[in-house]
Amino acid sequence: MIDRRNLMAVVGMAPFAGWTSARAFTEDSKPNAAPKTSREVLRDRYFPNVVLTTHEGKKVRFYDDLLKDKIVVLNFMYASCEGVCPVITANLMTVQKLLGERVGRDIFIYSITVRPEEDSPKVLKEYARMHGIGPGWLILTGEPKDVELLRAKLGFVDPNPEVDRDKARHSGVIRFGNEPLQRWGACPGQSAPDWIVASIKSVDWPKSEQAKRAG
Amino acid sequence: MAYISKINRRQLRDQANAAKNRRELIAAQFSRRDLMKMGLLTSAGLLIPKRGLSVRAQDALSSFGQTGQCTSPATTPFVDLLPIMPVKQSVPSLNPAPTECPNTAAGESRTRCHQAFTQLPPQRLYQVVQQTANVTVSPDLPVQTMWGFDAIVPGPTYVSNYGVPILVRNVNSLPINNGGFGLPSVSTHLHNGHTPSESDGFPCDFFEIGHFYDQHYPNVLAGFASDHQPNGDINEALSTLWYHDHRVDFTSQNVYKGLAGFFLLFNQFDTGNESTGFHLPSFPDFDIPMMFADKCFDQAGLLAFDLFNLDGILGDKFLVNGKIQPVLHVSPRRYRFRWLNSGPSRFYQIFLTRLDSSTTNQFWQISNDGNLLPHPIQISSVKLGVAERADVIIDFAPFAGRTLYLENRLVQRNGRGPDCELSQRGQGNLLLQIVVDLPPVADNSVDPATNPTFYTLPDKTAQPRVTRTFNFELTQNGQWTINNQFMDCNTIRFTVQQNTVERWVLRNTQTDRPAWTHPIHIHFEEYQIFSGNNQFCFNEPPTSVNVSRKDVIRLNPNTQVTLFFRFRDFLGRYPMHCHNTIHEDHAMMLRWEIGTTGDLNQNP
Repeated sequence: MIDRRNLMAVVGMAPFAGWTSARAFTEDSKPNAAPKTSREVLRDRYFPNVVLTTHEGKKVRFYDDLLKDKIVVLNFMYASCEGVCPVITANLMTVQKLLGERVGRDIFIYSITVRPEEDSPKVLKEYARMHGIGPGWLILTGEPKDVELLRAKLGFVDPNPEVDRDKARHSGVIRFGNEPLQRWGACPGQSAPDWIVASIKSVDWPKSEQAKRAG
Repeated sequence: MAYISKINRRQLRDQANAAKNRRELIAAQFSRRDLMKMGLLTSAGLLIPKRGLSVRAQDALSSFGQTGQCTSPATTPFVDLLPIMPVKQSVPSLNPAPTECPNTAAGESRTRCHQAFTQLPPQRLYQVVQQTANVTVSPDLPVQTMWGFDAIVPGPTYVSNYGVPILVRNVNSLPINNGGFGLPSVSTHLHNGHTPSESDGFPCDFFEIGHFYDQHYPNVLAGFASDHQPNGDINEALSTLWYHDHRVDFTSQNVYKGLAGFFLLFNQFDTGNESTGFHLPSFPDFDIPMMFADKCFDQAGLLAFDLFNLDGILGDKFLVNGKIQPVLHVSPRRYRFRWLNSGPSRFYQIFLTRLDSSTTNQFWQISNDGNLLPHPIQISSVKLGVAERADVIIDFAPFAGRTLYLENRLVQRNGRGPDCELSQRGQGNLLLQIVVDLPPVADNSVDPATNPTFYTLPDKTAQPRVTRTFNFELTQNGQWTINNQFMDCNTIRFTVQQNTVERWVLRNTQTDRPAWTHPIHIHFEEYQIFSGNNQFCFNEPPTSVNVSRKDVIRLNPNTQVTLFFRFRDFLGRYPMHCHNTIHEDHAMMLRWEIGTTGDLNQNP
């Protein structure tokens, strides 16, 4: 019944298993442990701390280095994509310009390849150079299984498995979030750049905090 | 329906197994130590996946499971009484006093002047505060930190009368910390209100913490300023409305978090007093609003929202007026229930079930989307898409001493839409237990079997000025669209000319994906259906319930519907959107306007 493979699957799942057990099984577990904060619940449910590699060749952890304490803009792409990617990348260029110096300070843009097998850091560096992608915007690749995990966790999936496998039909959605304030939204990547900026700003810090962060 | 892959079948089977296993284990009351002894639980508290025990544990690639379903802790049904929301009370004055044009200096976020403030001055004033609400949904779950109007969920019930214009000041006192989901930025929409644009709760008219927004509800019949001066067309009277947050991109989170309530409109016919007018059961004793919501709770028993789902989300706990599976005690007489499906993504088909008898229990539907039908219609179930309402009359006299249930028997396996099947009687979702054990009392309400006449349907023979067609689709790259365009607050997609008639064709022709059912809502004016199927499943003939005025249309897979509209009285911006709020928040919405001149764009 319970073979080693199954057991390992469960143990390996531990960071993501926040959605599995009924109260009957949990109410007396860890009696002294403090309950998780809602921020920790979201982290454990959605943000696996997998290691990715930036287009500059740097290893980064998804939650600790990319999300924690930041406002982030996330999308999926691949370097040779000729469908929606060029429009979305062009829109994000304009978005970066409109957000100005906040990009790289408290707002970060992350584009993750859906084709990690062919999109090496070198390929992505060339992509970044070609598009004039500036600081505060990272193009990311990683182990295929990690990228797939992120894609599923963050909901960049299609309900039709055939469509989902077709990389040219990858999701054109842009997600944005304020990690510490747990505000998460989305908008289409082909929206007008000023509307994308307005959408991102809906998860902005409160006014008082904005001044501090601009410090 | 159309598409179930092998994987999906297996997943469904596993889900069924998981639920069954869990029920068995809970029923057997194994302690945690027992389970560990049995090797079914690890020391970390995880369930070992005895095949199907926890399908989610195996579904490592998804957060809530690809199906948008969840597994909440067990709760004991039928313990708490059905809450009845308090009636919202007016105040003698507001400080600062309401102004025709926005009082920006005082912190008002309205951007346009009231259109009818001097013509229909508010006679009653209200102030409602959006704030944190500490809510108990079940004796088995901890106190939930939700958001509520006046700190209750659902919010208070507004009881209004035609001819008495009111003004509601909304104050945003929500916290900065949202506890995991929700945006403390709001816009309150009065759903189905004949409301001037600046008071409609347009999604882009949101306001932030510390600000307020005055909404003027003229409570006036459509046509008052045009073809039915000066009082409007009585056949356009509205009865059961609801209000809910409509903040662009965040409606699903904010409504799920509690920002919704009822708004009832009475007049000289629908009086709220069974001794007068249409003699409908008296409010509030025998006239009870019921808000249905399905929600999901995490392992700590706290309300959870699947932030990154695009399809639609389902809960496995069924709440009525904010409680999971409550109980209502009634007298053996007629009651008017006002049913509302508050979403976010589920479709219901509600039966009146006795678990101790296999009879089919008939009752009467008297309204569709809160608009009284020409006559009561006898039915054995009511179908409700997201945001749809139905007023029903149930006579409990034949059931004295019995226990009945409101049971949703429509099977829905994911957030995309209902499956074309009904569960067996008693095997569906028991929403509310109704115990007919209160003493008999006088019943002066009308017997629906006498076929009373309420309103007649407004004429729809006028020649439309333009026919506009709208396609509701997912793009190649997984984004919700209307006519292949996305919601943008700054884009006006088309302008209707005031005091004209239009024909709108709504189409759901997606073929490259599993099928979705889209509940489409159009603000401001109701429509009548010219043609097209408005049933959940393809093979059912339309019923006379749908020969009515409506504001939400169920757009089934591979269907189109043609609607008749008449635009009157006020000018300005309104939205049309899918009311599967997950789709709505992912750009399946458009902004249109009513102007003194309009365009003839047929595919806006």
